[in-house]
Amino acid sequence: MEEKPVSPVLKVLAAFGFLFLLAPVLIVVPLSFSNDVFMSFPPSGYSLRWYIAIGANAKLLDAFLFSVKLASLVTVVNILIAVPASYALIRKAPFGADAIMSLLTAPLLLPTIVLGLALLIVMARAGYLATPQGIFLAHLVVTLPYALRVIATALSTLPIAVEEAAATLGASPLSVFFRITLPMLMPGIVAAAALSFLVSFDEVVLSLFMNGPKVTTLPVELYHHVESRADPLVAAASVLLVVFTLAVVIIVDRSLGLAKTFVK
Amino acid sequence: MTASATHAALPEAPKLDGRALIVMLLLPITAVNLIGFILPVVNLAMISFMEVRSTGAMTGNWSFAKWQLVVTDPFYWELLWNSVRTSLTITLLTLLVSYPVALYLHRSSGMWRSILLVMVISPLLLSAVVRTYGWIAILSDRGLINNGLMALGFDGPLRLMFNLTGVVIGLTEILMPYMILALLAGFGKLDSRVEEAAATLGASPFRVFWRVVLPLSLPGIALGSLLTFVLAVSSFITPKLLGGGRVFLLATEVYDQAIVTLDWPLAATLSIIVLVVFGVALTIYSRVLKSLG
Repeated sequence: MEEKPVSPVLKVLAAFGFLFLLAPVLIVVPLSFSNDVFMSFPPSGYSLRWYIAIGANAKLLDAFLFSVKLASLVTVVNILIAVPASYALIRKAPFGADAIMSLLTAPLLLPTIVLGLALLIVMARAGYLATPQGIFLAHLVVTLPYALRVIATALSTLPIAVEEAAATLGASPLSVFFRITLPMLMPGIVAAAALSFLVSFDEVVLSLFMNGPKVTTLPVELYHHVESRADPLVAAASVLLVVFTLAVVIIVDRSLGLAKTFVK
Repeated sequence: MTASATHAALPEAPKLDGRALIVMLLLPITAVNLIGFILPVVNLAMISFMEVRSTGAMTGNWSFAKWQLVVTDPFYWELLWNSVRTSLTITLLTLLVSYPVALYLHRSSGMWRSILLVMVISPLLLSAVVRTYGWIAILSDRGLINNGLMALGFDGPLRLMFNLTGVVIGLTEILMPYMILALLAGFGKLDSRVEEAAATLGASPFRVFWRVVLPLSLPGIALGSLLTFVLAVSSFITPKLLGGGRVFLLATEVYDQAIVTLDWPLAATLSIIVLVVFGVALTIYSRVLKSLG
């Protein structure tokens, strides 16, 4: 396609749109180096005191560790569940596969505030409220649809001919799966893992409904901090989060292409 | 899909027949879906018809009390109207800010386009808490805008947060990526040759936009607006933080009733109303889409 000249009016309006979209992320960076006790922008002086304050904040560090552990466990279990399910739905294509797929991805359509409340009530009755098990199940419910969709899409685009060739040459179904299908599916699995990890790591609504003294995720801890105090601590934490997120995004991009994950 | 056409060629495992294998592979995901999704949601619908004692404990008897309360108390009608009006405002603003961004993205190409696309998508991967906090740094009494205005000689801070204004600004930005991606998908139909033809025939750039570009992008606008609206109705992190407890919306009330007041039947009833609003929005969307052909 040849280049089309873009009108200056559109350029200005688009630039404004981009600025608006990125403003809250951009402002957090200089704010994190503030030397002020309270949040004020622009800061009256710059220092690393809020980064040092994070290191001294046990609650925040505990929440971060809990979030990493939770997201890692959720990711591993997600993959273990989503790969067999994708294989059954795509390679075995049972009757009603599309309907089953819709049902399994339905949790994404439900607003998290409704799902959070629904889970809160059930967990409270079963005695799992504010337990690691409860928050784990909640995260599993909202991240599995992503993992399933990414892996199923990756599997459906794999050329089946290689698998068939291996089978024709006498490889057992199990060995075809582990020696051929799984290695070829790896980029999709990595993307699904990264997405599961990020969604779990950033999830805040369900975690707010499920949280308790011993089970507080980082976003929930940050939420409570923002709610009760206006200081640059969260800015420093946010910058670290952005760096962390970017690192994961780059992994996804390298393995599959970020744009492809979101825009088909 | 080639999978369904050729799957018969794959030899089956000798011990398990095909159906047993499929059931086994789908068992874990179905269990999670059943225990973590279907069961809680069905239970939620039932809870809204349950009786509660003044202590907050449920008696186990059926009751229409919460539905009666919600329907007869003007507070809840106002809450509903507030939520719908606010979400419509946010949807309109999001569309206005996002449209030029999406159109520009549609016209850009190569490396530059990839960079811009990543800039649009990345905020989606950032917690709403972080982005809302960024808005607090911009809108608060000692934030960017008010400090800027004061430096210019204005006195007294402008109240930009802990009110509806802040909530609308924050949510507009937070929902922009969804709108941009929906618009971008809609622009797929936009053939630049049609625009060129109109321009060659003497139409001014504005006329080309108004008569060619805009009508062709209406399906994308409809989808983006639907997405933005339903996300606005159900979001509560941003309204809580930027509203500072002074902005009452359906979603914030669901949370308050569930966590603070512990009136689960009322919270359940309100959350079902959120779903009804979703249903109505979806119906309007499909009507609009049908009328667009």
